[in-house]
Amino acid sequence: MMSDTFPLMANSGAAAASSTSKIKEHTPAMTTSGANTLRMKVSKLNFFYGKNHALHNVSMDVATNKVTAMIGPSGCGKSTLLRTLNRMHETLRHTRLEGEIALDGVNILTLDVTKLRRMVGMVFQKPNPFPKSIYENVAYGLRINGHKGRLDDAVEKSLRRAALWDEVKDKLQKSAYALSGGQQQRLCIARALAVDPEVLLLDEPCSALDPVNTAKIEELLFELKPSCTLVIVTHNMQQAARVSDSTAFMLNGDLIEFSPTGHMFTTPSDPRTEAYITGRFG
Amino acid sequence: MERHFERSLEELKERLLWMGSLAERAVHQAVHSVLDADDKLAQVVLNEENAINELQIEIDDRVVQLLALQQLMAADLRFVLAIARINNDLERIADQAVNIAHSAQRIVRHPRVKPYVDLPRMGELAEKMMRDSLDSLVRRDIELARSVLARDDQVDQLRDQIFRELLSYMMGDSSVVFPAFELILVAKNLERIADHATNVAEDVIYMVAGSDVRHPAVDRNPA
Amino acid sequence: MSARLVWRKSLNVFMLSLTGLCALLTVSALFFILGYLLWNGGKDLSWSFFTHLPAPVGEEGGGMANAIVGSLKLLFLAALIGVPIGLLGGVYLAEFGGKTMPFLVRYTADLMNGVPSIVMGIFAYALVVMPMHHFSTLAGGIALGIMVIPTVLRNTESFLRDVPRAMREGAFALGANKWRMVATVVLPAASRGILTGVLLALARVAGETAPLLFTAFGNRYWSPGWNQPTSSLPVVIYTYATGPYEDWHRQAWAAGLVLLGLVLVTNILVRAFLTRGSAYERA
Repeated sequence: MMSDTFPLMANSGAAAASSTSKIKEHTPAMTTSGANTLRMKVSKLNFFYGKNHALHNVSMDVATNKVTAMIGPSGCGKSTLLRTLNRMHETLRHTRLEGEIALDGVNILTLDVTKLRRMVGMVFQKPNPFPKSIYENVAYGLRINGHKGRLDDAVEKSLRRAALWDEVKDKLQKSAYALSGGQQQRLCIARALAVDPEVLLLDEPCSALDPVNTAKIEELLFELKPSCTLVIVTHNMQQAARVSDSTAFMLNGDLIEFSPTGHMFTTPSDPRTEAYITGRFG
Repeated sequence: MERHFERSLEELKERLLWMGSLAERAVHQAVHSVLDADDKLAQVVLNEENAINELQIEIDDRVVQLLALQQLMAADLRFVLAIARINNDLERIADQAVNIAHSAQRIVRHPRVKPYVDLPRMGELAEKMMRDSLDSLVRRDIELARSVLARDDQVDQLRDQIFRELLSYMMGDSSVVFPAFELILVAKNLERIADHATNVAEDVIYMVAGSDVRHPAVDRNPA
Repeated sequence: MSARLVWRKSLNVFMLSLTGLCALLTVSALFFILGYLLWNGGKDLSWSFFTHLPAPVGEEGGGMANAIVGSLKLLFLAALIGVPIGLLGGVYLAEFGGKTMPFLVRYTADLMNGVPSIVMGIFAYALVVMPMHHFSTLAGGIALGIMVIPTVLRNTESFLRDVPRAMREGAFALGANKWRMVATVVLPAASRGILTGVLLALARVAGETAPLLFTAFGNRYWSPGWNQPTSSLPVVIYTYATGPYEDWHRQAWAAGLVLLGLVLVTNILVRAFLTRGSAYERA
């Protein structure tokens, strides 16, 4: 028997040499194009801060249950773009938006904005818990959106999803400020997840955290992916490389390149992308 | 804390070991196709070549992805670099096996030159070195890797012995020149296979201990 | 040592002493007043002081119970009128409004702060006393309430502005609309500061005399309800201090001590409460 002479062959999982197709399932970073369903679609987006034309004709796809990252130098418009996805730009004055942003095929500009923000949640750069207890922080979104069912269960579920439950289950009534920075950020993630959003937007979520807490949150993103679509803005392109399935590179309000992460970081198409990624920018 | 990329590292190792087992099998079959004058077995080896080459490309691809996307450090970095090098050595071993198979197909048309004594011994040695070097990778066993390095001299001696013997046969009887020559090539290929196996062992030592044991003559601490 | 160096050093010492002396004088003024009041009024503080009505004119003894209660009623009314208006106005200034309206409101509020309190009294007189044809607690409360408004307004606005923008965005991102965000996140976050501002404003108007002269006027007896003139601590101090009787003078000192004590204690407690650990990190 072959497997007696070659014990390694018996143990190795792949049956035939033509198992290359099987590999593509395991390593999403290697898949070429996202023929997946699109959760959100940005089409020819132009954005203005007053007279300042901040985003120029940007089009981008956000694939379902994948992590889409946006990288680029400061001021390139990545945060601006992120904020249009849940219409947070409307909290500022003198902003104008042209073009279309669709969530599951529906133009978000026609949706009720509070309903939109329940479906598209956001986590910010610096942890910003409310001056309430841990429990009340997570329950806030549930309360204001009229949650039916036991609040306790929903709060626990959220905290578990954010990998925070074990650390706080005995002190839910304590103030959120008693937590460390990394824990507070996970609390903010739990708060955003409480209303079960379809998309979670993360605006440089780890930039205020140390490497250990950053690693915890990156692992958390992998765990969330199957149940949530994630869009992350990061000024740390290594983080984008580690975590995302597709990456968008932006520069001065333009979307220069948008491709699967494995492709972008090994063979970028645009020389500007290459210059940025190899650190020869500026 | 378990990190996500650890799975990718595991998968990489699995694919390499799979390639290793294919290469091992190719060498075994190639040697036996010579020893048993089995034309069909030689053809099997030739048919399998493609699969091994595909694996080499796939593993290289994975290595590039891992290096580009994950900022691998220390043991992880050495691991991936070692895998990349072993990948190449395995492909060369497979190439040598294919050469042996070609020789087998040519030898088959001629009567046997002499009873095979040293050649099977050499074949076994080379195969064992291959197997041990891959085992040392799986078990991260430096001692086993070092033992592979020690056996290389034996293989070289056997090759020289076979050369001398076959040379004298060729000088004595001109009708056996063709098959004897092919047998010399086979011995040469086996010696190359053993060399590559020692390369694999050196890479394993680098991966596990972080020390580069290649080229002992090179002075690593110039004053 | 060169002459220049000597000059510089002595100038340094001189300025240090001068500024130190001025600081000391400022601080000692408070202690001087406190000490004087304690010395002169301390002995008259008794149980009857707090519980009895004033004795008939000319007689010795009696207390200030009605003045104390009156002051409390006036403060209650001032709070009722001034705090909601000031609070909501402050919310408007901090959260809503464009360019011109908030600017006007702020400017007006600051001007109001500068209006002499006696003018406030006349205003309340014209507004309330004249149509009612008599003095009343209500009028006094209104006068004090109007004085409370600008302080509470500006203070509320200030503390609301201090709430970090990030916190508001957090609420928006969860689907809260503006008023909900303000009510459930921003106001609770600023509540400590706002509360202290309110208490300080009330402590300040507790000592206002001039407006009460035309509105609450004064009363030697209890003043039930809101429609009758009422006694109050500041007015009583004024009346007794300028009166002919020695006994009245002493009682005035005691009243002054009580009033000052109340104001000081409120101030100290409020400031301690405010600084006792922040409710949130300020960005």
